[in-house]
Amino acid sequence: MAIELKMPALSPTMEEGTLAKWLVKEGDVVKSGDILAEIETDKATMEFEAVDEGTVAKILVTEGTDNVKVGTVIALIAGEGEDASTAAAAPVPASQQTEPTPAPAKAPETGTAQLTAAVEKTRPADPAVPAGTEMVKTTVREALRDAMAEEMRSDPRIFVMGEEVAEYQGAYKVTQGLLDEFGPKRVIDTPITEYGFAGVGTGAAMGGLKPIIEFMTFNFAMQAIDHIINSAAKTNYMSGGQMRCPIVFRGPNGSASRVGAQHSQNYAPWYASVPGLIVIAPYDAADAKGLLKAAIRSQDPVVFLENELMYGRSFEVPKLDDYVLPIGKARIMREGKDVTLVSYSIGVGVALEAAEKLAAEGVDAEVIDLRTLRPLDKQTVLESLKKTNRIVVVEEGWPTCSIASEVAAFVMEEGFDDLDAPVLRVTNEDVPLPYAANLEKLAMVTADKAVAVVKKVTYR
Amino acid sequence: MAKAPARNAPTPPAVPNRERPSEPERFKASKEQLLEFYRQMLLIRRFEEKAGQLYGLGFIGGFCHLYIGQEAVAVGLQSALDGEKDSVITGYRDHGHMLAYGIDPKVIMAELTGRGAGISRGKGGSMHMFSTEKKFYGGHGIVGAQVSLGTGLAFAHKYNEDGGVAMAYFGDGAANQGQVYESFNMAELWKLPIIYVIENNQYAMGTSVNRSSAEDQLYKRGESFRIPGIQVDGMDVLACRGAAEEALAWVRAGKGPIILEMKTYRYRGHSMSDPAKYRSREEVQSVRDKSDPIEAVKRELETMGVTEEQLKPLEAEIRKIVNESADFAEQTPEPDPAELYTDVLVETY
Repeated sequence: MAIELKMPALSPTMEEGTLAKWLVKEGDVVKSGDILAEIETDKATMEFEAVDEGTVAKILVTEGTDNVKVGTVIALIAGEGEDASTAAAAPVPASQQTEPTPAPAKAPETGTAQLTAAVEKTRPADPAVPAGTEMVKTTVREALRDAMAEEMRSDPRIFVMGEEVAEYQGAYKVTQGLLDEFGPKRVIDTPITEYGFAGVGTGAAMGGLKPIIEFMTFNFAMQAIDHIINSAAKTNYMSGGQMRCPIVFRGPNGSASRVGAQHSQNYAPWYASVPGLIVIAPYDAADAKGLLKAAIRSQDPVVFLENELMYGRSFEVPKLDDYVLPIGKARIMREGKDVTLVSYSIGVGVALEAAEKLAAEGVDAEVIDLRTLRPLDKQTVLESLKKTNRIVVVEEGWPTCSIASEVAAFVMEEGFDDLDAPVLRVTNEDVPLPYAANLEKLAMVTADKAVAVVKKVTYR
Repeated sequence: MAKAPARNAPTPPAVPNRERPSEPERFKASKEQLLEFYRQMLLIRRFEEKAGQLYGLGFIGGFCHLYIGQEAVAVGLQSALDGEKDSVITGYRDHGHMLAYGIDPKVIMAELTGRGAGISRGKGGSMHMFSTEKKFYGGHGIVGAQVSLGTGLAFAHKYNEDGGVAMAYFGDGAANQGQVYESFNMAELWKLPIIYVIENNQYAMGTSVNRSSAEDQLYKRGESFRIPGIQVDGMDVLACRGAAEEALAWVRAGKGPIILEMKTYRYRGHSMSDPAKYRSREEVQSVRDKSDPIEAVKRELETMGVTEEQLKPLEAEIRKIVNESADFAEQTPEPDPAELYTDVLVETY
């Protein structure tokens, strides 16, 4: 029986990739460790090694094929003593050539897979975009890069600094191509030294530059949080308005997939509690672009929270010369009249999925994406409350002292008379994020959990 | 038979494997220059004494770290800087550095008393004062933060190609903070124009250098980053100025950062609330008697023919400036309550 070689995943979140090159041909004898092929995604390239000995009996996916799903059989290897030609002749169902093979090899469904599954939603056109504007499918990753590149072209004071932002093209490829265009003076690889380069960036901003500081993830920014808060956020106030600090701290925030507790945390509530900071957490590509451009232009220090699971997702982005969105304005993602789901970042996808499920059950949910977490757009939430009289907050993060807590507090303070039910929170479980796939899945916020909570407040 | 390789060949004397700065020469000041140093140091001394009094009277609150004893460092070093392009940053013991940079004593004292006319509009206090106009970037309350921030200022000088040098002061206590070494690494890696000044006044609050530092010769702390260091008599204003000249020549030549360890001493407590149990009164008195930086300049002026009598009008003038700044700081009003909400953010959203 021939051994099936399947399209590998380079990372837990990869779903498909390009089979860039075959380094072997049919009939070649291979042994364990031989490089068989090169696999590419928009993030990385991987050499695909043989783990079994045998003869390449049949190549099923030709080199240069894009969008090969993880798990697709890409070649057959005839084992030792086996006749390669008969192995190759073994009937391969036509569907197997392009479709992933089912069940046994499939990775367990993870908690974060539920989040990303919820993301594939369309969005209503932003009112700011003129009718007839061409929309271009763009990944969140590309949108962030485009935002930086466009701003860097127009302002020579802007530079990007962080670990692996230059030659490696970004640990998550967000800074891809920037080194080529702007050179090593403006796209700077740092040593692994978060506290140090956060301080250097902050000092450079005090000295008149406009730094974009990338943290490989915000988990590592905890080593640098002193400069973000004590140096960047407070100096304008402490100096009586003399010393500004126009800096953007950006990078992925929140849970990734199967990386365990130390690499999976949502810091939005931490930063959003600090006066002197602007905190932004976009959901889709258009917002990522428009808000990052606004963040770079701001005279204030901005914490810009991205999400690794969203980087590879594509959304429509209006093709405009200068697409900048206002900081501090929430967006109504879906209109409804029975209940308001408030969320931000990847949670918006969960809320939208929940809204669709609720629609099927006759509950018409409005979904609000907060977009900016400091300052919070209370008005949009309170206006929506007047219409629906019910609020549920959906947050990919812990419940205690969360953005959800804050929304519950200001809705109670300023919208009490409009409430027909308590404000409820749907969040991750109050535990460090576990590694095991089943536990991770249990820990994460989901659309089903949101649906169940909405039913409580709509008394269904 | 093959010849055995020669053994015991004489080893040449060790030579540094990289360029080192020269040993600095003591600055040769003219009479006018030395008088100016004297004036500045005396201003700091009298200002700080007055601040101590005002603290005792309840006009100044919170933390107040006095610079008395260390005057030669700020005056000697900053006199060598180019005020048009060089920048200075320091920690919380910042009054002296501001006065040495020619910032008006009135607005400094008014900040200490928390008044609206203070340099930070009364919102910063003793540890958080800035003058971007004079390129003085604070005044930072977190021990060691100014080292990374100063490295960022140096980064900006290099990025802008403005020829400026950053001078970042920190103490022997801050010298044990991790971010200092993160900054050293990047500064040397990128050859940033910065002078790291370790003001070693022997005590980090109440912990002496020997009790806190495995390598107590702090000028060596840059060695593993290839940053050269020079140890300087921080009680001698001319030695300080001479060291600054050598350091500036090194940094301006594009050779990257340099460390100056200034051996100095503070006469007063760490802050106004200091138990003074960690060192003896005799120790303090002995330094004052033998090494006072201001008395030393006075003696030097005498050898140049300036008599004590001739210094009297200068001393009177300084007392007047300090008294006026204290009067101003006591009488000028507190910030308007509306100031509570200003300057949190620059823009409105």
